[in-house]
Formats: sequence, C-alpha cells, structure tokens
Amino acid sequence: MARSGPPLRLFQNWQAKLAATPMILTALVVFIGCSLWTVVYSFTNSRLLPRLDFVGLSQYERLWSTPRWQVSIENLAIYGICALVLTLAIGFLLAVLLDQKIRFEDGFRTIILFPYALSFIVTGVVWQWILNPDFGLQHIVRSMGFSGFTFDPLNDPNLVILALLAAGIWQGAGLTTVIMLAGLRGIDEDVWKAARVDGIATWKTYIFIILPMMKPVFATCIVLISAGIIKLYDLVVALTRGGPGIASEVPAKYVYDYMFGNQNLGQGFAASTMMLAAVLAIIIPFALFRLGRKRHV
Amino acid sequence: MSDAAFPARAATPARTAAPRGRLLDGPAGVAPTRRMNPKRIMVYGGLIVFSLYYLLPLWVMVMTSLKGMPEIRMGNIFAPPMEITFEPWVKAWSQACTGLNCDGLSRGFFNSVAITVPATILSIAVAAVNGYALVNWRFKGSEVFFTILIFGAFIPYQVMIYPIVIILREMGLMGSVWGLVLVHVVFGMPIITLLFRNYFSSLPPELFKAARVDGAGFWGIFLRVLVPMSLPIFTVAVILQVTGIWNDFLFGVIYTRPDSYPMTVQLNNIVNSVQGVREYNVNMAATLLTGLVPLTIYFLSGKLFVRGIAAGAVKG
Repeated sequence: MARSGPPLRLFQNWQAKLAATPMILTALVVFIGCSLWTVVYSFTNSRLLPRLDFVGLSQYERLWSTPRWQVSIENLAIYGICALVLTLAIGFLLAVLLDQKIRFEDGFRTIILFPYALSFIVTGVVWQWILNPDFGLQHIVRSMGFSGFTFDPLNDPNLVILALLAAGIWQGAGLTTVIMLAGLRGIDEDVWKAARVDGIATWKTYIFIILPMMKPVFATCIVLISAGIIKLYDLVVALTRGGPGIASEVPAKYVYDYMFGNQNLGQGFAASTMMLAAVLAIIIPFALFRLGRKRHV
Repeated sequence: MSDAAFPARAATPARTAAPRGRLLDGPAGVAPTRRMNPKRIMVYGGLIVFSLYYLLPLWVMVMTSLKGMPEIRMGNIFAPPMEITFEPWVKAWSQACTGLNCDGLSRGFFNSVAITVPATILSIAVAAVNGYALVNWRFKGSEVFFTILIFGAFIPYQVMIYPIVIILREMGLMGSVWGLVLVHVVFGMPIITLLFRNYFSSLPPELFKAARVDGAGFWGIFLRVLVPMSLPIFTVAVILQVTGIWNDFLFGVIYTRPDSYPMTVQLNNIVNSVQGVREYNVNMAATLLTGLVPLTIYFLSGKLFVRGIAAGAVKG
C-alpha cells in the first residue's frame, strides 16, 4: 500500500514524484531559490543589471539613510498598527452583531464581504473619488452649510494615512468578520448556558469569556492581516501614488520603484530583504507556537 | 448548487471544521423573534451603519458612472443622476486612452480573460494532482516540500519578483501572457494545494484502497474516482483563483508589456494618467467594468466564496 512505509528506492512511486514536480520546483526554485538569490544580491552594488560585486552592508546603510525609506517604514508601522487594531475591533464587533440570531444575516454578511472580492486598484480608485476635495466628502459637507469644513486627506501629508485606512479597512475587514463569526459559532453552547445560569450580562460574557476563548482565531486573523499589511502596494499606487510628495510611500512600493523605475537593483534587493526579515519575525514565532501545540498544517 | 452537496470535511482540524459547517448553515438557535427591544435596535442600527459604509462607495460608483460631466461638476456625488447616460460606459469600454492606445478597457478585459482562463485551469490542475499525491502517494520528503510551499505563501512577493524576471527571460516568456500565467500557477499553488490536500484526506481511504485492488493506477484513481466526487472543491478553487488572478496588479505590471496588460493595470493607467482632462464618470464606469467579473462571481457563488476564503484563512 502506498500509504504505508517509506519507499525504498528513488523510482518507487515515481508517478507521484513526477506529478509533484511542479510543487517541488516551486518550493525549491521559487520560494527558496529566488528568495536566497535576492538576499545574496542585496549585498552587491548591482544597478541596471545584477552583478556579483559584493559591497558588504553598504546597500543597507544607504537604505536606512534614505528619507523615503524612513518615511515608508514609518507609514507602514502607523498604517499597520491602526489597520490591525481597527480590523480586529471592527471584525469582532461585526461578528458579534451578526451572531445575535438576526434576520437577513446572509444579506448583511454579503454586504460586509463584497469589497473583499474587489481588486485593490478598484478600491483605491473609488476612494480617491469619494475623497476628492472638489467633488467628494469635503464638497458635500461644505455645501450643506459648513463652508469652513476641511477634510482633504489625499492632499494633506498628515492625514493621507487616514485615506489608506478607510479604503484598506473597507476592503479587508469583511474577511476578519467572517473568520471571527466562524470562531464564535464554534464556541460550545454550554459556555453560553453556564454564563446565563450565572446571570452574567451578554456583553460581559463576550469580553471576559468568549474573547479569551477566541485566541487561536485572533492569532489566525493577526497573521493574515499582517501578511496583507506588509504586502501593501496596489492600494497605495491606485489611491495616492505615494503622495502628496512622499507622504504615503510604503516599502513594497520602494522595492518596485527602485527595481523597475530607478534601475537601482541593489537598493531594491536590500529593501525587499528587509521586508522578508519583517515577515520572518512574525511567522517564525507563530509557527513555533503552532508546532508546539499540535502538529498539523 | 445546494449545501447538501458538501460532505462534512472530517480531516480538517475539529476546531475549524465545526465553525465552517455552522457558518454555512446559518445560526442554529431558535427562530428570530419579531419583538423589537432596545438591544435589538442597537444590533440592527450598528449593522445598518456599517452596511452604509460598505455600500456607499458602490452606490457612488454606479451613480457617477451614469452622469454626464456637467452634472458631476455641479452636483453631489451621492445624488442619483437627473439624466441617465450610458456614454461613460461606452467610452470606458472602447475609447479611453492609456498611453498611445485609445481603444478603451476592452483590450485589458480580453487580456485578463486570456490570462485568467489558462492560469485558473493550469493552477487548479497542478494543485489538485499535488494534493492527491500528498495524501494518497506520499513519498519521502513530500511533507517537507509541502511545508516549504505553505511557508512560501507568506514570503513577500517583492523578494522573488526580480529573479523570476530573469527566469522568464531565460525561458523566453518575459512580457508574454504565458509568462504571467506561469507566475500565477506558481503563486496560486500553496493555497490551492492546501485546499485539495485537506479535501482528499477527508475522503474515506477505503475508496482509494478499493480502486487499487481493482487495478487502477495513479492517474486512473485520480481521474475516475476522485475528480468526479470533488466537484464542489473544484468550484471553490475556481472562485478563489478567478477572483485572485483577475484582481492581480503587481504581477501584471511587472511581467507583461503595455499591449498585454491585464485590466487592473489598464484601469490604473486610465485613472491615474496625468495628462488630459479628468473624466470622473468614465473613470467610475471603467472601475465598475473592472470589478464586474469578481463581483458577479461573488454574488452568484455566495456561500461557496465564503467557504473558499475560510479555507484560505486556515492556511496559517
């Protein structure tokens, strides 16, 4: 039986190995090979073409002394923390609301999740239009009589992150809601019965009993949201193009612009290696945590 | 397709399997009461406020795309059009300019179709066979490769995009639709393989053993026994891949040339082009056209879409 026991020779079970070749190639050549390639070349002074001319850490020194990279990191940190907290909060709140045995649950869930089906480019373009200072929100509020009202995040370096947050959460919070709702539905009915018998208020039950029980669900959401935040690119391109000035630049855009726009590959490689390091810093503790609890993927 | 078509997925971890099933079936408690009390009002009030936040952009898109430019300049983006015009849609589809091409989004639409269809079919075919081999024909190291594959899903694409440019150039596929198809097959592999692996391992092993006893081989069992009973999971995979590939921007902009740009890239170029008068109604019509395919799939597939992303969510 193929299921039992390891094969003795290389050619045993050869059809399965042949069928798994695309997976093996993807894992080894793309995921490991290409990542290592980029890491190695981040220590070179490649510009227009990749060259193996090692210059130590000088790409990284330049990277961290470039104002645009510093702004990108700062933006990612601010956006990341806000998006994570808000998405988790909104996701949990909406999941709790949807879990109240309401009418039209399917309808509400459909509405909350539909932006997730859209591309970030579509999302960015729509929010660019809604936040347009001459026609959008600011214009509407002003024409209602508040003529001094100013809300122009797309042209205000201090507020532009708000525009990214509004659009990003619009697109992504539905996913968190659905996962959390699934988590809430997975909680044993007996927990609720016990809480009811003890006369604990519903909201208290949610916060002090259900919330701690949802830790694994939160962990999954945090990993998913974080992975999305680090990759944040399309939305910025479509909504702000990094502007005004460099106020809404993000690391992924820095990488793309240096690799394909500025013909400065070394900088692009160094920046992308930093992104990889950031992801590993999130994934490895999570993976150890999961592996430590139970072995399954 | 009815929910009864889905067998319970025993192999998924119990913690996640139960909620997924419950989510699809809806709440199991007593039927909602008609009585309205302050608590119910708060619940519905909260949901309605959030629904407005989610629906308003869609409303604004549709309304703007049906107005003429003079009305947009005068009016309110939330107001319905006084005079409905479909001209922006026609213009977005067949006349809007990106760079030198002025044949509208139709070009991007057909490029996206030419990319999405083969990429979806290929990536699902490859991943389904992978999942099958991982469950029924394990070999030494197969789980190791699978683990690398799953962790690879979290590597930022930016780390891998440039070496892939070199690989595609060496293969003579750089700039072509097929190069992009290959990239989508590679990056779609982790999640779709996981989907099929979990599904196949939930099927009773006796099925596989019986087919073996009957003398069926690797491909025979896959094609004649497993594939016919896996239609629901294939549907979920198609939904996941079509929306994912259609919505891609990064790979499209890197691995194709302007004449084979997918729709998202073209949309961005139309809307964010610096020169020319900005025609917001055409932009919104173009945006809706680009979102139409994934939105249609979303609204038609309903619970299957939820199931697909729920499966994707467990990948951590």
